[in-house]
Amino acid sequence: MRYLPLTDTDRQDMLAKIGAASVDDLFVDVPEVARLDGPIHGLPMHASEMAVERHMKKLAAKNLVAGDVPFFLGAGAYRHHVPASVDTVIQRGEFLTAYTPYQPEIAQGTLQVLFEFQTQVARLYGCAVANASLYDGSTACWEAVAMATRVTKRSRAVLSGALHPHYAHVVKTMAHFTGDTIADAQPAITAEPDLEGLMARIDDDTACVVVQYPDILGRISDLTPVAEAAHAKGALLVVVNTEPVALGAIKSPGEMGADIVVGEGQSLGVGLQFGGPYLGLFAVRDPKHVRQMPGRLCGETTDAEGKRGFVLTLSTREQHIRREKATSNICTNSGLCALAFTVHMTLLGERGLRELAAENHRLACLAADRLARVPGIKVLNTAFFNEFTVMLDGKPAREIVRDLADRGVLGGVSLGRLYPGVEALEHALLVAVTETTTEDDIERLATELEASIAASFQETV
Amino acid sequence: MNAPNKSGWKPAMELSEDGMHNGPATTTGNRALMLEEPLLFEIGRADVTGVDLPPVDTDAPTRLGGLGRAEPIGLVGLTEPETVRHYTRLSRQNYGIDLGFFPLGSCTMKHNPRLNEKMARLPGFADIHPLAPQSTVQGALEVVHQLGYWLCTLTGMPAVAMSPKAGAHGELCGILAIRAAHEARGDAREVVLVPESAHGTNPATAAFAGYRVEDIPATPEGRVDVAALKDRLGPDVAAVMITNPNTCGLFEKDFREIADAVHAAGGYVYCDGANFNAIVGKVRPGDLGVDAMHINLHKTFSTPHGGGGPGSGPVVLSEALAPYAPLPFVRQDAEGSFYLVEEENREERGPTFGRMTAFHGQMGMFTRALTYMLSHGADGLKQVAEDAVLNANYILRSMEDILHAPFAASGPCMHEALFGDKDFTEGLTTLDVAKGLIDEGYHPMTVYFPLVVHGAMLVEPTETESKAAIDQFITAFRAVVTRALDGDEALKAAPYYAPRRRLDETGAARKPKLAYEG
Repeated sequence: MRYLPLTDTDRQDMLAKIGAASVDDLFVDVPEVARLDGPIHGLPMHASEMAVERHMKKLAAKNLVAGDVPFFLGAGAYRHHVPASVDTVIQRGEFLTAYTPYQPEIAQGTLQVLFEFQTQVARLYGCAVANASLYDGSTACWEAVAMATRVTKRSRAVLSGALHPHYAHVVKTMAHFTGDTIADAQPAITAEPDLEGLMARIDDDTACVVVQYPDILGRISDLTPVAEAAHAKGALLVVVNTEPVALGAIKSPGEMGADIVVGEGQSLGVGLQFGGPYLGLFAVRDPKHVRQMPGRLCGETTDAEGKRGFVLTLSTREQHIRREKATSNICTNSGLCALAFTVHMTLLGERGLRELAAENHRLACLAADRLARVPGIKVLNTAFFNEFTVMLDGKPAREIVRDLADRGVLGGVSLGRLYPGVEALEHALLVAVTETTTEDDIERLATELEASIAASFQETV
Repeated sequence: MNAPNKSGWKPAMELSEDGMHNGPATTTGNRALMLEEPLLFEIGRADVTGVDLPPVDTDAPTRLGGLGRAEPIGLVGLTEPETVRHYTRLSRQNYGIDLGFFPLGSCTMKHNPRLNEKMARLPGFADIHPLAPQSTVQGALEVVHQLGYWLCTLTGMPAVAMSPKAGAHGELCGILAIRAAHEARGDAREVVLVPESAHGTNPATAAFAGYRVEDIPATPEGRVDVAALKDRLGPDVAAVMITNPNTCGLFEKDFREIADAVHAAGGYVYCDGANFNAIVGKVRPGDLGVDAMHINLHKTFSTPHGGGGPGSGPVVLSEALAPYAPLPFVRQDAEGSFYLVEEENREERGPTFGRMTAFHGQMGMFTRALTYMLSHGADGLKQVAEDAVLNANYILRSMEDILHAPFAASGPCMHEALFGDKDFTEGLTTLDVAKGLIDEGYHPMTVYFPLVVHGAMLVEPTETESKAAIDQFITAFRAVVTRALDGDEALKAAPYYAPRRRLDETGAARKPKLAYEG
């Protein structure tokens, strides 16, 4: 057993030191009813590295790899090119096999990285302070709502209809148990989001308004009026971003008056990984709200010789100190994903992020124009970054997506999957385009979509 | 007596008054391999990038709704060689398991096998989208299914919720399932009982889920006070959260009796599985009456801690709680295909309490954990628990003659040994011992937790340490403890040899500086 260094002689020597006859003597406190006479039944015995590799590779081979086909899925998880050096850095044992930096004198590496990460995220979001990460965008979204209820001492949150439905579901799930009220809505299939309708739902009991930017349909609009409307009622504006690359091209949420900005950081450094682990980003515009933030915060300080150093700070907000009065129950967060994000962001820098964003937008515009020429397809958005919604004639989009997969194209996310049972959304398809998309991929998508829609008419006739 | 070091090094050099080796100051502040590294924002530049992309065409038409960025973001970049060097230099200021013994109690800092990393990076796992058509991700769904089977079998539980993102998220999942089960019966219970030795996440989770938290005292022997707990049970108690093995390093031998009493009073039993490594493959929590238990894949199943995550916290559930499991979950149909039960599967999803995260959980951790389980097998995992417990008892019995071990008389410990600072010379503390261990080349044990022991030191060696490594640690630990017993004032200023001396944490909190301001 290659991971177990003790030899039988070691074990005997150690038992002798302990004064136990056998290792089972160390388990005497386990009640009789729970003692087993040998290895647990129903599981295989240990296996060689080669045998395990064979097993796992067989499973991996059953999946269609995104990079092997024209690929257009987004809806909160985006396929970007991750530079090779990102993975090299995160596999350094000193980062990979370290723990949460509770002993700062021997964790300055992780701590300085977190300080730099917090700075990058705060600047990207147009905020004053970002934390050291949460699990993912959806849980960060709930944490923002919970924080807004603490700050305002109100218990109602108004969700935009164009918030990612899974994020909305997470918020509603938690609110059910905390007793907070969630006013949500479904997205209307319109070229522009209905911000007037959203603002009309803000009342004097509202703790926060939650708006996604760009939204679930890929639309982007100026949220300044929403911030003003929220603030006029004493509520906070929470802006959710699921595509950080977009913020290399468009105004930051902080600039538009967002009080709390949260998001998914997966686009940079982390990869698709079938949905996790991802990276929850969380920032506040006004430093006075820092003490209500969830999660870890890294701060600058000095050591006994006056040298600059970093520590986890303001931990009286946290569960290990405050227990049931903590701002969140979060402990382990997404440290290594934060490292991957920050290394990727460092490689990009201001210039690279802007270029990356511009390239995403350029290709998305190409794709939108090409798809608009396909009979039976209408592009919904007037404004978008790298993801937009198209309306398809023929069968529901979900079936078209399956058909496209059979044709070797991963053609997008059907809104029918995200909003089951909502007829008005059944024919909507979300198409995401990144720098990894080639012009050939776009042509292939257009061709196969045209064929698939045509085939779907033939079948229905 | 074990030689403190086999490299030939001898403690011959005397320290100067400030505790440092004599030698001239360097111009750079570097000391050979100990290298100072500036902040990214002090060395990066706005116009530099380490990625080759087409330059921005400012004349190209955009469809950004008039929201194009006008102001600089304030980011800086480095070229690839500078990036690799910046992070490599920073990495060397970190302690990790790869570097040495890391006996951080309750955190299970075991070796992270590299096969796990290799398997998680297979494009078939790493490069697939969570919303890809399910026919194209059958292998991924099968991984979730297989891992679920392992977890259910190892715990003797009928169901598992795979989506929770970490241990605390798993706790939340279990407590929400409990609350949903009570609500389904129209039973509005308000209280969750938590032993005072519990992890802080337990009371925080219960409060986050809308419950009032009440403490249950511990007995002098370090276990839950069963009589006090039974006295407190009643129609308002929704659940009891118990860590087993507990944070004092002991098996809760009355767990079954507690569970039966809780069930008789209409409550549920949540078991914090943070310490599952002590019993994996050896004891099935299902045999003890558990209703819900999270499993930290990043502890027991060797996925890396990564400097603070990502973790993964699947939750095994009893028959009573299984119907309330959060979406999504994986099922297998009659033809053998795997599918996700999501919001749309109205018939199948049952009375689920909702959704905890956008997608399906920590797939990247699932592949690593499954790789680890397959490597060890049922026999290897049993050996894991036995060696982990053996190592901890060896440390306990090698230290108890000089270091206060409050529960040493309570019987064998499980996978961690707990000590207290009772006999230290006044003015010297557990923190000083921890910092002294840093100078000796060790990551300190968990300190000041659990709260039930004064100046607690919780030592968890794990099973992946050799006897030689543990013997060397014991030698160092005894030496540092002896200094604390003897009142060695120099210990109060340790560490001397780390990249930084003691850091001013009070100052950091008083005037928080949480981002670079240059």
